[in-house]
Amino acid sequence: MAFDYDKYLRPGKLPHIWCPGCGHGIAMKGLIRAIDACGLEKNNTAIVSGIGCASRLPGYVDFNTLHTAHGRGAAFATGVKMAKPEMTVIVVGGDGDGTAIGGNHFIHACRRNIDMTYVIFNNSIYGMTGGQFSPCTPTGALASTTVYGNPDPTFDISKLAIGAGATFVARTTSFHATQIDKLIAEGIQHKGMAVIEVLDDCPTTYGRRNKFRSVIDMMKKLKDNAVPVAAAAKMTAEQLEGKFLTGVLFKEERPEYTEQYAKVIAKAKAKGA
Amino acid sequence: MAKKVALLQGNEACAQGALYAGCTFFGGYPITPSTEVAEVLSIELPKIGGKFIQMEDEIGAMASVIGASLTGAKVLTATSGPGVSLKQELIGYACIAEVPCVIINVMRGGPSTGMPTGPGQSDVQQAKWGTHGDHAAIALVPASCQEIFSETVRAFNLAEKYRMPVQVLYDEIVGHSRERIEFPEPGDLEVIDRAAPSVSPEKYKPFDPSFGDVPPLAAFGTDYRFHVTGLNKAADGFPTTKANLVDDEQRRQVRKVDAATDIELNEEYLTEDAEVIIFAYGSTSRSARYAVNEMRKEGIKVGLFRPITLWPFPEKRIAALAQQAKAIVVAEMNLGQMVLEVERVAKGACQISFLGRVDGDPINPGQIMEKVKEVK
Ligand SMILES: Cc1ncc(C[n+]2csc(CCOP(=O)(O)OP(=O)(O)O)c2C)c(N)n1
Ligand code: SF4
Repeated sequence: MAFDYDKYLRPGKLPHIWCPGCGHGIAMKGLIRAIDACGLEKNNTAIVSGIGCASRLPGYVDFNTLHTAHGRGAAFATGVKMAKPEMTVIVVGGDGDGTAIGGNHFIHACRRNIDMTYVIFNNSIYGMTGGQFSPCTPTGALASTTVYGNPDPTFDISKLAIGAGATFVARTTSFHATQIDKLIAEGIQHKGMAVIEVLDDCPTTYGRRNKFRSVIDMMKKLKDNAVPVAAAAKMTAEQLEGKFLTGVLFKEERPEYTEQYAKVIAKAKAKGA
Repeated sequence: MAKKVALLQGNEACAQGALYAGCTFFGGYPITPSTEVAEVLSIELPKIGGKFIQMEDEIGAMASVIGASLTGAKVLTATSGPGVSLKQELIGYACIAEVPCVIINVMRGGPSTGMPTGPGQSDVQQAKWGTHGDHAAIALVPASCQEIFSETVRAFNLAEKYRMPVQVLYDEIVGHSRERIEFPEPGDLEVIDRAAPSVSPEKYKPFDPSFGDVPPLAAFGTDYRFHVTGLNKAADGFPTTKANLVDDEQRRQVRKVDAATDIELNEEYLTEDAEVIIFAYGSTSRSARYAVNEMRKEGIKVGLFRPITLWPFPEKRIAALAQQAKAIVVAEMNLGQMVLEVERVAKGACQISFLGRVDGDPINPGQIMEKVKEVK
């Protein structure tokens, strides 16, 4: 039987705002399948976002949902998780939201290794505001504010997350749709900060400008340049030039923040007694 | 039984007041002269199973308290000057999403870094107009350690009751002076918790005006699931741009404070027969009281009006005093902020004279006396 998405979607809240061909819908379906696979309880799950096209996701799904301010999703989510550690907390948002305005909150959530799953929809552009470049826009690419080609170096979100201390980091693309749910599910089950970067596309403000004739062209680029981690191990640096790795890029066990804080509480109570 | 007493700094009294009110979550970022509030709560909150988190910046701190509040916790953040400026976008978020939270602003001078250890009263307009958009504001301005304690409790009560951010502003002098404080016993001061929904989860709408101007707020992680956004929204919490719904929501959120009768709190000292009224708040009001006593000895008919609630502004009472008095002298540690409000509501009924100081020293009684004596 086909997967029943309706079970997790809010009645009457569709259609969504996303353009035809936008990768965010594929990522949302992956997230829903992951939640289903993990058997998460709706009442006990909070989905938090910032602002942007990707960040509109919480409006569509039937959980405790929190659409915050631009870039602040991880910080709001930290408050939710700290105050109620028994809840499953998932953050979603775009690359601009998470790595530009929200970069500070993102790296510190990683550093704390707080138990949340951050799914970052990386379409390499600011979609909602009409296609200005983001820290993830490839150098040289065209955006509404880089009509001469983007002079900025590009962030590698997954490397950033690993460097900042996230203990589960994975990457996939909207072309590899079935891998999205597997990686998000693994992230949800991981105790600590899990970052899943989903490379997707924005045909409206990025594709058009950067000479992708169709959504299929954009998908093809995601398909052709993705190299699974295991395959990459056998490839040379030259062969890997211009490609990106997919799959679980990093995983380690490290004390989780709310558990560490529970120890603070135990110590304080023992001292107070 | 004798009351428990202590010698406490204003900031410590604030932390104790928060605990009395039932605060279980503090999110903050250190900044002088507010830091002791965080320090005390980092020690005290875990003792009661509460949570303290030092966030990466003030914006994160404000975000964390809003997130925590949505799980049902009573939440606090404390900051000063530049920290308040950073929090403004999210203070607006707490206004529109109607999330209870208390923000302590221990005022220093400014703009920018200004004088970190010097006192100021220059954030009083920021407390009303700091964030963008139309919204209600509640700001309390205690003037002593004892009052910081009780006003912090009241701030939590108002935040919970009206589902909104409430700011407590006091200047560095009040925040850092040590004074005797008498601890109220549990039950001595009223403690209010936010109203919980009484309808079934299927029927619950977080912004349903049929419950009145302050609809009940459910908590994340209970049987109620709901959506929260900073966008204008309909009763169910989902975004709308329908003109009438946006208008209704905006007006309801302003009206809930306008119509309230338990927010305004003032103190008047010898105003009954006063020909000159000094309007002063925070530490300045303490100099003003001294000045009133001295001038009364000289037979000058002068009194003190001390707002304890600054926002909403005590319009009716000030308008009445403007009718009664020859002059109102406004003394504040800025270059003229609340004097604008006094002028606005006095509508020319009496002379308004202004005494401001921004050099990092307190306004002293002598300066106030001089100003009062200038009144013809
Ligand atoms: C404080 C603030 N600054 C700027 C904006 C405008 N803004 C809205 S969405 C957005 C960028 C969204 O890009 P991204 O996060 O990559 O998500 P996408 O829309 O591409 O999914 C910006 C700059 C805002 N809402 N708030
Ligand atoms: S503008 Fe781009 S990111 Fe936004 S919905 Fe359209 S395609 Fe998606």
